[in-house]
Amino acid sequence: MPAVSKGDGMRGLAVFISDIRNCKSKEAEIKRINKELANIRSKFKGDKALDGYSKKKYVCKLLFIFLLGHDIDFGHMEAVNLLSSNKYTEKQIGYLFISVLVNSNSELIRLINNAIKNDLSSRNPTFMCLALHCIANVGSREMAEAFAGEIPRILVAGDTMDSVKQSAALCLLRLYKASPDLVLMGEWTSRVVHLLNDQHMGVVTAAISLITCLSSKNPDEFKTCVSLAVSRLSRIVSSASTDLQDYTYYFVPAPWLSCKLLRLLQCYPPPEDGAVKGRLVECLETILNKAQEPPKSKKVQHSNAKNAILFEAISLIIHYDSEPNLLVRACNQLGQFLQHRETNLRYLALESMCTLASSEFSHEAVKTHIETVINALKTERDVSVRQRAADLLYAMCDRSNAKQIVAEMLSYLETADYSIREEMVLKVAILAEKYAVDYSWYVDTILNLIRIAGDYVSEEVWYRVIQIVINRDDVQGYAAKTVFEALQAPACHENMVKVGGYILGEFGNLIAGDPRSSPLVQFNLLHSKFHLCSVPTRALLLSAYIKFINLFPETKATIQEVLRSDSQIRNSDVELQQRAVEYLKLSSIASTDVLATVLEEMPPFPERESSILAKLKKKKGPGAVSVELEDGKERGELNGGGDRGGDAAIAASNASTPSPSADLLGLRSAAPVSGTAPSAGSLLVDVFSEAGPAASSAGVNDDGFLSSAPPSAASEDPAPPLPESDELLNKFVCKNNGVLFENQLLQIGIKSEYRQNLGRMYLFYGNKTSVQFVSFSTIVSCPGELQSQLNVQTKTVEPLVEGGAQVQQVINIECLTDFIDAPLLNIKFRYGGALQNISLKLPVTINKFFQPTEMAAADFFQRWKQLSQPQQEAQKIFKASHGMDTEVLKAKLLGLGTALLENVDPNPENYVCAGVIQTKAQQVGCLLRLEPNAQAQPGEQMYRLTLRSSKDTVSQRVCDLLAEQF
Amino acid sequence: LVATGVGAKTYRRIRFILIQNRAGKTRLAKWYMQFDDDEKQKLIEEVHAVVTVRDAKHTNFVEFRNFKIIYRRYAGLYFCICVDVTDNNLAYLEGIHNFVEVLNEYFHNVCELDLVFNFYKVYTVVDEMFLAGEIRETSQTKVLKQLLMLQSLE
Repeated sequence: MPAVSKGDGMRGLAVFISDIRNCKSKEAEIKRINKELANIRSKFKGDKALDGYSKKKYVCKLLFIFLLGHDIDFGHMEAVNLLSSNKYTEKQIGYLFISVLVNSNSELIRLINNAIKNDLSSRNPTFMCLALHCIANVGSREMAEAFAGEIPRILVAGDTMDSVKQSAALCLLRLYKASPDLVLMGEWTSRVVHLLNDQHMGVVTAAISLITCLSSKNPDEFKTCVSLAVSRLSRIVSSASTDLQDYTYYFVPAPWLSCKLLRLLQCYPPPEDGAVKGRLVECLETILNKAQEPPKSKKVQHSNAKNAILFEAISLIIHYDSEPNLLVRACNQLGQFLQHRETNLRYLALESMCTLASSEFSHEAVKTHIETVINALKTERDVSVRQRAADLLYAMCDRSNAKQIVAEMLSYLETADYSIREEMVLKVAILAEKYAVDYSWYVDTILNLIRIAGDYVSEEVWYRVIQIVINRDDVQGYAAKTVFEALQAPACHENMVKVGGYILGEFGNLIAGDPRSSPLVQFNLLHSKFHLCSVPTRALLLSAYIKFINLFPETKATIQEVLRSDSQIRNSDVELQQRAVEYLKLSSIASTDVLATVLEEMPPFPERESSILAKLKKKKGPGAVSVELEDGKERGELNGGGDRGGDAAIAASNASTPSPSADLLGLRSAAPVSGTAPSAGSLLVDVFSEAGPAASSAGVNDDGFLSSAPPSAASEDPAPPLPESDELLNKFVCKNNGVLFENQLLQIGIKSEYRQNLGRMYLFYGNKTSVQFVSFSTIVSCPGELQSQLNVQTKTVEPLVEGGAQVQQVINIECLTDFIDAPLLNIKFRYGGALQNISLKLPVTINKFFQPTEMAAADFFQRWKQLSQPQQEAQKIFKASHGMDTEVLKAKLLGLGTALLENVDPNPENYVCAGVIQTKAQQVGCLLRLEPNAQAQPGEQMYRLTLRSSKDTVSQRVCDLLAEQF
Repeated sequence: LVATGVGAKTYRRIRFILIQNRAGKTRLAKWYMQFDDDEKQKLIEEVHAVVTVRDAKHTNFVEFRNFKIIYRRYAGLYFCICVDVTDNNLAYLEGIHNFVEVLNEYFHNVCELDLVFNFYKVYTVVDEMFLAGEIRETSQTKVLKQLLMLQSLE
């Protein structure tokens, strides 16, 4: 083969490159480049027409300068000129320049497309390939519009050269990915599928990528490819190592094509046709057999190529998950690799086995390798291999080996790399909880976790252990004893102090009988840690102390003295000072009964999914945690995971009574809401700054969409609201927070708060995929009349939402006057090239602007009578769609925003409420009466709901909204 | 990284190919996704950082953002291919080697300087073997025959 000499063809270019390489400094390089740029500019501008060679040389120099990292702002036209040259080398440089410096300058695009068009119709295969490669590299929409119709024709035409077919197939693939709407396969489908039969292996190699992509999008239309792929695969697999000549790589016949065929088959379920299936199983068996044969070469290329096919075959076997025999054979093969001297193979075997562990057929077979995997965890040099070993241990864990695996993972944690500790901690915590038979083991494990890797124990983990201890009374005594012992260590992690403080505060009484852990000993132990802890932990400890006063009256004097000390009661931290002052006061004035009520034991937590699991998934991205975790557990907490755990901490500071509203000590400021409290002032400013003009603007379409949409509005019209959006709206009438919407890609969470006639809503858009959303935009609009009733303002969101990430959007709402409709939220983004367009109703309802009004029975009835005109009353009688649980009803009525008035209605079964709806224009007093016939048979239960207000529209709307809630 | 590809698990492709030397100089950057120039520079630096710290006892694979890099070192040059996490590691590892053998034959014992002075030809070699993020041709004989034919053209 003749070699290519340095820069042959363009001497001037070689000289320039040498000059640049000889530059001693960055400055010298820039100087040389500027000189060259000036030279090229003058040549391009000069009177003398440049010949093709010079143009090529200068364009190539410009390209080189660009690739060095400098901006190039001229030369595009000269590059485009080169496209129409008859000489390959000139054309090639022109196309290369265009491909690298894509410029969406529309005039140039037209010229470029024109040149491409000429080359495509030139019947010169070299020029056709150059043109196709340019389209494949740029792949712009303009190009798709111009060529999406032409390329399929080139691809399937009988007289097209093989190399052109290869390029055409992949070019089409690129256009399909960029603009699927423009590539219509319809009539070509069958002929494209039959490219799998092409004699030229290179054509098959290229075409199969296109077919795989199209199949994954339209499996039904392309399903004939399955039998073709199987027979092609079968021919390759059964061929001798030299049969395929050019396509044999280190004695392995067509390794890349085999992998692609096996990958295509993973778009489909196992073939239904028995003969096809038999043939495929035979192929898979042959591939597994070949892995056992002695290698035909000692070269690593040989074994890599062979194993590339093997791993792809195993992926297919796992994908089918229906052939126990193959699954077990695959597992055995991977088991051999676990001890292979090649690090790559050990890594890949661990990774592949992780998915095998989740198949019921091979789970047991995977488990037999536990010792090897544990050994890998201990001895592998490459951290990524150890990581896979840890993943596999996690995946193969079940009740039978949980204790061994958790113990090994714990001991590995002592020396584990910092980069994977947090994930390991989460995994240990999950396994310990999932497979705990006796909860004392669970408690031990978590406390060990804190001891070994306290810094990596996130809040979710320690919240969770507290939830579990509180919910299981059989473990409470053990937990108290164990934390007490753990706290004996002279240096223990702050997380241990948190758990200790919480658990002893709740259950210290269970071990107080032992003089070695008497109340005072417990208190002194906790307090000995106090000064080394951060503010939140100290706050938690103060709550533990007040609980101690309740649990053990004998500690009262000691603790009061501590609370009274200057370092507490005059603490510079407001939160600590407030707790000290209030707890001291509470302990001195409250009677024992009151104290006992206020500081009653925590009620059990509702059973819910482990927030730790959600966190692990978030860390690893979907798919990576492939264990048999139930799908239902996938739903991550939108509002920052473990919020119930957060409540636990708050409740601790509240010293907990069961009623949710009993914020006796006013300590809720530690809660997440605190972030929003100071913003109330600025909220007012924000809302009022533009309130006037926006309200009066008209311009409404018949269908209610605002014509005055923001200037950045995308070209696509917003989709009509989802059919279920009314239902979603109803879900939020009596609550302010929760998940508004969820599909496979996107989850939208809501947090909102209202004050007077103002509201602020936080929308959390969570990307559930591992792939970025692009062109993400949201528009909030007020259809029809609503425009003059509500003033809604939003800030735009970032156009990119990373995979697994969440973005927040704040919406400010001002209620100008009462209203019926809800604002519309339209969300648009591109996922995998496809536009997603979703419209929802924002759950802003008139009742959000209620101010509760307390009043005595006499007042209530007096006002009730004053509102006796027929139009002031709205009434509905309806069947109960849910049970008539008193607490639930009360919670809903409170959620509505009104005050629930006790002892007003003569009939204790009935509920009456009062509130004032605050709008900018007026205040509308509103009275409500709900009469259930609870005695009726289930299914016959009815309500009568009566609303009276000073405004007929308000009565009707509130009545309609509320009637949907019961 | 923007993944504009089809979401199905079976459809994968190359995100970019990089050739860098130990000092971090880029000798080839071929992108199969849209990035702006700053992002490209960032990616180049990140890849260099993760790849150069690894030694021969490590695997040829390294997790990278939501993707993975399959790489192999030849003398002072790192050849890196960025693909989806579930793609076939060994197929791409040998894809790199196949590419390097073609370069070696084409440039007759290829060295780093060949790639510098003939950067515009390297792009041609890449397009012959990888197109639109997919493997286009794997036969060394066929690729070299085509390259020699192009070489003979004016």
